Amino acid sequence: MTYLDAASAEPLHPATKQALVAALEDGWADPSRLYGAGRRARLALDTARQQVAEDIGARPDELAFTGSGTLACHLAVLGTLAGRRRVGAHVVVSAVEHSSVLHAATEYAGEVTTVPVDRFGRVDPAEFTAALRQDTALACLQSANHEVGTVQPVAEVAPRCAELGVPLFVDAAQSVGWAAAPDGWSLLAASAHKWGGPPGVGVLAIRRRVRWRSPLPEDEREGGRSPGFENIPAIVAAAAALRMRLDGIGAEAVRLSVLVDRIRATVPALVPDVEVVGDPAHRLPHLVTFSCLYVDGEALVTELDRLGFAVNSGSSCTSSTLRPSHVLEAMGVLSHGNVRVSLPVGTSDADVDSFLSVVPEVVRRLRAVAGAEGL
Amino acid sequence: MSTPPAPAAVVDSLGKLCPIPVIELAKHIGDVPVGAIIGVLSDDDAAALDIPAWCRMRAQDYIGEASAAEVGSDRGRLYLVRRRR
Repeated sequence: MTYLDAASAEPLHPATKQALVAALEDGWADPSRLYGAGRRARLALDTARQQVAEDIGARPDELAFTGSGTLACHLAVLGTLAGRRRVGAHVVVSAVEHSSVLHAATEYAGEVTTVPVDRFGRVDPAEFTAALRQDTALACLQSANHEVGTVQPVAEVAPRCAELGVPLFVDAAQSVGWAAAPDGWSLLAASAHKWGGPPGVGVLAIRRRVRWRSPLPEDEREGGRSPGFENIPAIVAAAAALRMRLDGIGAEAVRLSVLVDRIRATVPALVPDVEVVGDPAHRLPHLVTFSCLYVDGEALVTELDRLGFAVNSGSSCTSSTLRPSHVLEAMGVLSHGNVRVSLPVGTSDADVDSFLSVVPEVVRRLRAVAGAEGL
Repeated sequence: MSTPPAPAAVVDSLGKLCPIPVIELAKHIGDVPVGAIIGVLSDDDAAALDIPAWCRMRAQDYIGEASAAEVGSDRGRLYLVRRRR
């Protein structure tokens, strides 16, 4: 099988599996206990925290491990709302944030301003900062979009947020492991399985100056920011995976970006009526999304799977709610027949070429079945 | 916006999911003369996105949405397209 869904989860590197198994030896005990096994677990946890903090540009005491990236996003939004209650309950979000951020804001903020995006899925920095108010508790802007790969102007909105004293939450789940975190964040979330770590490890970093209060019942773990017994073996493996990943990632990102350019150019050349969506230049190196007119997204994913290619789709027929992806909706682009291809590290030219060799025939066949050929 | 003129033809896609409403629109746009309006009656949320996108890709004019009641339906929305070519 050719796995082309790294934006959902990057496959575990063999060395990461080894790190995980090794960490089970020393990381099973309770890190808050004072006996030898507890101290060894604490040491493993502290070392992992130091490594990850360094790799994302935070201080170790600013960083908490959570059970997932989603939980880190929930805690970022809810905790800042709780900590800044006296300022106000207004939250600014881009229209294309991850659903975890949008749901947290919609359900818990007093008022939400949703800043639209252009056809490429990019927020206009001036429009974003114009939405900030006296009573804005939090502004949320992802580093890059999870469905179409468009990079957001975080560094451009950060100075204005700082000037107004509004904390800026950056969901960096899709970019950590590919590029340095953008400057200017006040809170940052990431997810280990996106950079090749094991599932079940999220990262929440909160700058020391940010007023943040846990929205959950008191618990002493992770500096009071993330309750419950830490999964230390997975955290250690996640830290090792990030180190390994960042070593030489610059050149790998350039190589994969060339392959993505090949997909962006070849699919519309070989398949009629295809819309490649997302910013062609300001984008993640490994991710490309396109929509095929008259094709059912679910059928497309199923057929590609049958032929040995794992990809994702943002079409509504592939979602449990039967609603089109809110990202494609905000961009105003075709939502059916949608395919997201995200290349894991190490994807070869041959992988991409074999994918490109099957797509035209699959789309042609599905259009014929739907009676849409030649329309 | 002033009330759009009544469509010359209406495609009933109620109960059909993406991409069927768009396929039916593409099949029937030729039923109306150039300059006339065709309506698509659909209760699929994706139609609100996909019909304007189709118009953009096909160089047709997307006019907007109207109430399904305009064509006597109590379900869905009516999406209006002016045939340009």
